[in-house]
Amino acid sequence: MIELADLTKHFGATVAVDGLSFRVRPGVVTGFLGPNGAGKSTAMRMMLDLDLPTSGSVRIDGRHYRELAEPLKYIGALLEAQAMHGGRSAYNNLLCLAQANRIPASRVGEVLDIVGLTAVARKKVKGFSLGMGQRLGIAAALLGDPEILLFDEPVNGLDPEGIHWIRNLMKQLASEGRTIFVSSHLMSEMALTADHLIVIGQGRLLADTSMAAFIQENARSYVRLRSPQRERLRDVLRSEGFTVIETDGGALEVNGAAPERLGELAAGHRIVLHELSVERASLEEAFMRMTAGAVEYHAHGAVEGPHPGPPRPGPPPHPGPPPGPGPRWGAGFTSRAEGE
Amino acid sequence: MTVASVPAVLRSEWTKIRTVSSTTWTLASAFLVTVAVSAALCALFRSTFDHLSPVERLTFDPTLASFSGMVLGQLAMVVFGVLVVGTEYSSGMIRASLAAVPQRGVFLFGKLAVATALALIVGMATSFASFFLGQALLGEHRTTIGAENVLRAVIGGGLYMGLIALFSMAVATMLRSSMLSLGILMPFFFLVSQILASVPKAKTVARYFPDQAGSRIMQVVPDALGGSRAPYGPWTGIGIMLLWVVAAIAGGALVLKRRDA
Repeated sequence: MIELADLTKHFGATVAVDGLSFRVRPGVVTGFLGPNGAGKSTAMRMMLDLDLPTSGSVRIDGRHYRELAEPLKYIGALLEAQAMHGGRSAYNNLLCLAQANRIPASRVGEVLDIVGLTAVARKKVKGFSLGMGQRLGIAAALLGDPEILLFDEPVNGLDPEGIHWIRNLMKQLASEGRTIFVSSHLMSEMALTADHLIVIGQGRLLADTSMAAFIQENARSYVRLRSPQRERLRDVLRSEGFTVIETDGGALEVNGAAPERLGELAAGHRIVLHELSVERASLEEAFMRMTAGAVEYHAHGAVEGPHPGPPRPGPPPHPGPPPGPGPRWGAGFTSRAEGE
Repeated sequence: MTVASVPAVLRSEWTKIRTVSSTTWTLASAFLVTVAVSAALCALFRSTFDHLSPVERLTFDPTLASFSGMVLGQLAMVVFGVLVVGTEYSSGMIRASLAAVPQRGVFLFGKLAVATALALIVGMATSFASFFLGQALLGEHRTTIGAENVLRAVIGGGLYMGLIALFSMAVATMLRSSMLSLGILMPFFFLVSQILASVPKAKTVARYFPDQAGSRIMQVVPDALGGSRAPYGPWTGIGIMLLWVVAAIAGGALVLKRRDA
């Protein structure tokens, strides 16, 4: 269990972390989500006592990190930057850390085996690829067989195979009853791995909720209809009291309606349907809407205010993420992910 | 409050030091450069002894002559000391190190203790090798290890090299950067201190610089080679150097405790 109490960090005039309080519970994967610059890495460095809080505190199982005599046995961390000496071999880099916490040298071989680096154990770290560096960082986190694991942006810069491997590793570690705390700026990544979600923006807590509840609240569903008699269909639906949105692509979207009811309605009025489908809004979009006011760095496009505002009908402005219900769900997510 | 196991930290730091190649080449350079340059200068003294002025001949200090390469050799010790600390920062290893040993005082103590012990051993070996080779090359102008104050000077030479390394480690801890530390320490020890120590007015201040004060211990003849007599003895001199070292360590410890890693 990690407990943050009113954790605050100032860098000069900049407030990186602003009164953050939450708990990370054992046995689940907790996702730590926020746009770049939201203060995730700073908060995680404070958990490890690397950055000193301006005020507030972090407790690990009730104790301050500095009070842990051999902290690698309680908590293992993969930080964003590779933190190994390039001129030293993978094995020796890990051996230094193991010895400092009286972890037997045999464990170094074990963790190198877990992350698949046994073949390059004696190679100097400076020749490692980004993916190998991440694996080495994870091996370091696992050294003390800790109950708590922190991963800061573990999938950053990894190839699909590496991403898949890390996801499975985290799930496996959580299934062993460990506390997993993983940061990301990608909602899509969190949706695949996290059970619980903590969202921050500009250093402030925006949400602390289970993944299921987040999906329930934010993944609004709607029904998309296509018909050669579009105008007639629209008028029929509106006369029945439905809110209908006309999209660019010639489809109609109806919020909060049962697809059965819409199909029956169309049949009753002898309107031909070419499509009747239930769609779910992407979680990425919900996340962006949540953090819209709290994004530190934005890409300034042609349209002023590139952030999604409250949902409104009509085509989304381009470039930039979609503003709400529109025909291009997910398009904003793709462009955003590439932009970061 | 629980504290990290000091022997475990020492072991870890020893592994760090012995598993990087910079340790070998800096310490080997310190040894070879000091011994070789001292030997060359001793041979030169012997062949040109008759050309020295009468005062210089009377105050010739064969012990100090056999340490004359240390001015250059100490620079390798500076590099060793700076790199031991500086690579923690340049590689980012400092974050992993402090995550493993969050008690920063214990971490710093462990690192400095191991590296200084190693620098002292190499420094002593350098000093003794330099002395015996130098005396052999001085011919009839030589002295012996049994002569008055000579053993003190030779041990002092090793002590001096160890303290130079420790001072460099402490400065690198304060500045948290190898390049910055080397950029300040190398010109200081090689140029600034040497030049100021030979300028009449500046000399009175330069005497209290760590290297000038510390190297006094290697002198057996107080006003060797016609130089002016320092206002302190050999042990006070090394004491002054030690004060510099203590101050630098205190500064380094303060920076390490206060700053984000």
